[in-house]
Amino acid sequence: MKRRDFLKSVSGIAAGSMVGAPAIWSQAKADARSETLLVVTEGGPNNLDIHGVGTNRPGYETSWNCYDRLITHETRTLPDGTVSYDRDRFRPELAEDMNIGDMSVTFKLKKNAKFHDGAPVTARDVKWSLDRAVTVGGFPTVQMKAGSLVDREQFVLVDDSTVRIDFSKKDRLTIPDLAVIVPGIYHSELLKKKATEKDPWALDYTKSNTAGSGAYKVTSWKPGVEVVYERNDNWVGGKLPQLKKVIWRTVPSQGNRRALMERGDADISFDLSSKDTSEMKKDGKLVIVSHPIGNGMYSVDMNVKNPPFDNPKVRQAVAYALPYQKILDAAMFGLANPLFGGPSNNVTDLTWPAKTGYVNDMAKAKALMAESGASEIETTLSFDLGAGDVSEPTSVLVQESLAQIGIKTTINKVPGANWRSEMAKKTMPLMLNFFSGWLDYPEYFFFWCYSGQNAIFNTPSYVNPDMDVLIDGARAAAAIGDREKYARDVEGFISKAYNEVPRIPLFQPFLNVATQRNISGYVYWFHRQLDYRSIVKA
Amino acid sequence: MMVTIAKRLMTVVPTLIGVVIVTFLLTRVLPGDPAVYFAGPAATPQSIAEIRKSLGLDRPLPDQFVRYVNDLAHGNFGNSLSTGRPVATEISSRLPASAELTLSGLLLSIVIAVPLGIFAAVKQGSLVDHLCRIIATAGVSLPVFFTGLLLVYVFYFRLGWAPAPLGRLDAFASSPPDITGFYLIDSLITGNFETFRAALGQLMLPAVTLAIFSLAPITRMTRASMLAVLASDFIRTARASGLDGRTVILTYAFRNAMLPVVTTLGMVFSFLLGANVLVEKVFAWPGIGSYAVEALLQSDFAPVQGFVLTMAVMYVALNLFIDMLYGVIDPRVRLEA
Repeated sequence: MKRRDFLKSVSGIAAGSMVGAPAIWSQAKADARSETLLVVTEGGPNNLDIHGVGTNRPGYETSWNCYDRLITHETRTLPDGTVSYDRDRFRPELAEDMNIGDMSVTFKLKKNAKFHDGAPVTARDVKWSLDRAVTVGGFPTVQMKAGSLVDREQFVLVDDSTVRIDFSKKDRLTIPDLAVIVPGIYHSELLKKKATEKDPWALDYTKSNTAGSGAYKVTSWKPGVEVVYERNDNWVGGKLPQLKKVIWRTVPSQGNRRALMERGDADISFDLSSKDTSEMKKDGKLVIVSHPIGNGMYSVDMNVKNPPFDNPKVRQAVAYALPYQKILDAAMFGLANPLFGGPSNNVTDLTWPAKTGYVNDMAKAKALMAESGASEIETTLSFDLGAGDVSEPTSVLVQESLAQIGIKTTINKVPGANWRSEMAKKTMPLMLNFFSGWLDYPEYFFFWCYSGQNAIFNTPSYVNPDMDVLIDGARAAAAIGDREKYARDVEGFISKAYNEVPRIPLFQPFLNVATQRNISGYVYWFHRQLDYRSIVKA
Repeated sequence: MMVTIAKRLMTVVPTLIGVVIVTFLLTRVLPGDPAVYFAGPAATPQSIAEIRKSLGLDRPLPDQFVRYVNDLAHGNFGNSLSTGRPVATEISSRLPASAELTLSGLLLSIVIAVPLGIFAAVKQGSLVDHLCRIIATAGVSLPVFFTGLLLVYVFYFRLGWAPAPLGRLDAFASSPPDITGFYLIDSLITGNFETFRAALGQLMLPAVTLAIFSLAPITRMTRASMLAVLASDFIRTARASGLDGRTVILTYAFRNAMLPVVTTLGMVFSFLLGANVLVEKVFAWPGIGSYAVEALLQSDFAPVQGFVLTMAVMYVALNLFIDMLYGVIDPRVRLEA
């Protein structure tokens, strides 16, 4: 072949393949498409089991859809027409009914519930799975602890289809904690066979295989590329989902995810940036659903252990110096609930997250700085690069306004992988932070972020015995249903936190999702992952 | 010939030892604590300690190193925490994706750049020569992720000619049986032309992106090398003997000009593998580069070490191959060795 001919044929092939691309659809593929959901996100799971070591957030999504829990939440339609899980109403999933006693709760299992391989779900599986959750260590065990589920003795086998869970103490969070992702029910007979001496809970097997009774099962998983699910036609946990197959592709480039949606090649793009959301909303080609993230807020945190932020006057000065509205517009394109400019720092209702009484008031900030006696402050402002699209513009605005009250800041961008370890060190003097809790109760937020246990999320290292009395009081009151004391304590600890202001709330962000017009049934869940089971494709 | 290869291989050993030590130390020196990262949200100091112990990170460094080398000797690269699979499996399943992309890009680039370079040298100062200079400069000065995004925008988003940038195959197509790991070859072997077309369609834009980036060095090197040869005595003699222009340029001049071009190709291939990382990100290509970057961002040591080692071995093999190729192109090189 002559060089020239070769060149011709190569460019011929190239042109042919480009023009011909849309024509590769055959009829069979078109049919498959109508029963298949194509989801695109930035990242995929690193483990299919939430009990695994270091399972990432996308991994939670797989666990949620492939395993059942004893109970789950009902859904409710919000005033804007979108649908969310209902924090306060539960419905049975694997259980047939739930019987709450004084110091225990009893579950009876559905008779016809089967695992993906056809084996029946028994009470032994439930006991084994809950034992696993409180024993494997790491995140699942900590999460179980949040609902006072700590000991294997608490899970009692009554008969083949009945399980009783004894309370270690009265705790309002015990029942909600049984409906989060962690206490899923695993196929214990299968997993016992896969277990080894080094790996008694068969974590290695569930890492890349699903062994549940859930509505979907994973048929293929290529880490970093895609997860393919197939529907479990024998599912009894709820109404049989419409979609037979779900393909979840990882598309790292944000621009390409948007292009795929706008060209109609992908069905759902999950967890959009605020910028894309606001622009796509204007275009109006796709359905965009936004939900405020429950129990979540972006905040400016100050380390109260060390000067200059050990001085409450300095902290208040900072709170009055922040350009809240500008931040909301520049970083979130207005897509967040403001948590500033409320009537007062002394709150009088139970709404959470609540607005602080702070507004951008430079005169007041300067006066407070003068009062504090501090001057010539130089410090660093740290943020997580993993949330750079929000934190980067915010940090510049914060830096600019703090300079006006005599606080010089250097910006310190911490790579996502290091952020947690930097948080654990508790040495960052000033930082932008985000926290959200699965269990949507104010005392849960305060337990992690303000209490004297000084957990990793208490980034300001704020320890105050008076605060602990209020937090513990609210938890105890909630457990026994003492509403009056509960309200008093919650209002008390929010007001205290806002007056002493170790962390300055900025806004409550939204979780944004784009779907094609023929997709319906999207539900917002506390875990901020996608539930395929309710999705319908027309 | 065998002796030369054996000698060359001997010199490789210290290089590899060095690479092993450096990668081990580097990943340990990097900031970021994998135990904290993998303990996930709501971690307590106790749960972090549990994870540190299960990862073997609580042992002293020399101890960790001995275990690492011992594992390597048994062909065990360790387990990736971010994908939860053995690194060796991951690399061997992802390497073909990267190799297919890089080689296609390189091939495309050669097919365009070498003729262009020859033409530019023969018609020095002509319009073609200037065009060649402009194309080369533009290609090398555009960062690959930009070219990639631009191509996606124009050919996929605007014109709809290219398929969706969803990696090696469309989400609804099934991959060909795994024979060589190269989708184009595997689908041809099994006679599955639909898959071949789909895979080629997906490959087109990322390969063109890489080709644009690598045009410059190959074109410029071909041109410079050809100019030097064309000015030499034996070409003048050949022309004076009345040989036709085509024979003079392709048979005599180009063969002699190939040596520096081949050297450049080796280098271009190396940096294409590097540039791959960004292209893979843009096109959701499941290659080895995006895997390593992902791992690095999560302080996941094992894949990073595995990646660097694989790359080192590949460069060594490539250099060896190119050295051997010199001998084929120019027998004088072989004699000197």
